[in-house]
Amino acid sequence: MIAAVCCILRRDLLLSLRRRSDVATALLFFVIVASLFPLGIGAEPNLLRSIAPGVIWVAALLSSMLSLGRLFAADHADGTLEQMLLGAAPLGVVAAAKVLAHWLVSGLPLVVIAPLIALQYDLPAPLFGVLALSLLLGTPVLSLVGAIGAALTLGVRGGGVLLSLLVLPLYVPVLIFGAGSVDMAAAGLTPQGQLELLAALLLVSAALAPWAIGAALRISTE
Amino acid sequence: MLEASDIELERGGRPLLRGLSLALEGGELLRVAGANGSGKTTLLKVLCGLLVPDGGEVRWRGAPIRQLREDYSRHLVYLGHAPAVKDDLTAAENLAVSCVLAGLAAAPQAVQQALARYELPADVAVRKLSQGQRRRAALARLLLSETVPLWLLDEPFAALDAAAARLTGDLIARHVARGHAVVYSTHQPSGIDDSTVRVIELG
Repeated sequence: MIAAVCCILRRDLLLSLRRRSDVATALLFFVIVASLFPLGIGAEPNLLRSIAPGVIWVAALLSSMLSLGRLFAADHADGTLEQMLLGAAPLGVVAAAKVLAHWLVSGLPLVVIAPLIALQYDLPAPLFGVLALSLLLGTPVLSLVGAIGAALTLGVRGGGVLLSLLVLPLYVPVLIFGAGSVDMAAAGLTPQGQLELLAALLLVSAALAPWAIGAALRISTE
Repeated sequence: MLEASDIELERGGRPLLRGLSLALEGGELLRVAGANGSGKTTLLKVLCGLLVPDGGEVRWRGAPIRQLREDYSRHLVYLGHAPAVKDDLTAAENLAVSCVLAGLAAAPQAVQQALARYELPADVAVRKLSQGQRRRAALARLLLSETVPLWLLDEPFAALDAAAARLTGDLIARHVARGHAVVYSTHQPSGIDDSTVRVIELG
């Protein structure tokens, strides 16, 4: 089972490495969306400082959703997904490994880039840590919950739009607690409560989502 | 060993498999024949558990495969229509990955030997190979699956040249001679001696 997890992780990371442009588009999308707001709203420093957490979190949400489409689609098209369904390891474990690999190339880079974007919004430096930590706890939840939607809409025509309609409402709690934690810290309060709620969301989704993804994959490959 | 009873399956509002039953013992070779669209691929998917039939059930050594799940998957090799190889990986990487996922040991040396038997370049990305070579890359897994008791092969001879078809036919015959079971589908005459084969005709 551990061999299967390592094998899928290694395979998916290797594939991302050989198709770097796929990974880069989602990250560039994040940077560009986050950079559009100052251009549209105007460069009033106080305003920018106050909208920064929300804007960065919404951009992270959209970017994470953009990359969901390719999570299972390629495996479905070339038949490797069938082989995973017939693998020796339980499907939930396989799904968890795929989501982890996906998060490592699409979620983790956001955590690293976000402080740079925050500079652009003149967010005070002490808040960078809170922002990065909230993304570190929140983006895996986005990947896990999004993967359920990606599995359900597999092979559906116009699946991309359907996927957003399905997944975005489920992202709302993560957005509220994620952006809220940075707002709290900006107001001089402790963000601990929000961060703990994010951690709780992460634990619950890490425990349950892989099995839901597995069930969804079985349904959509029939 | 493998039993299917009263399999009923509807596709697109039209019954495809109606009350189909079959039983397969070790050392038996079953060919699924029939015209295009007669349900050969569907039957193989039902037998490996990818498709759940509307009625009837498939049993492996007496137990329904729906309950066995991975315990059944470990005992079978299913090669479907799609070659199940990643374009961006080399043939060797693909073969190693599919063996590990199937729970088989895949020593690098064994992988290289299997690819050499099918005359495949090990270190070239699969995207640069032809359709027939991709098919060979998928079939090379059979050489590493000689201990797996059930092979379910969907059109194993499609897109193969004479030499590769002969090699695949030999592998199937040897597997059956070892006392294992093989089910394969084909709509064309195959490289296998028909006197040893049981045929089930769909449609």
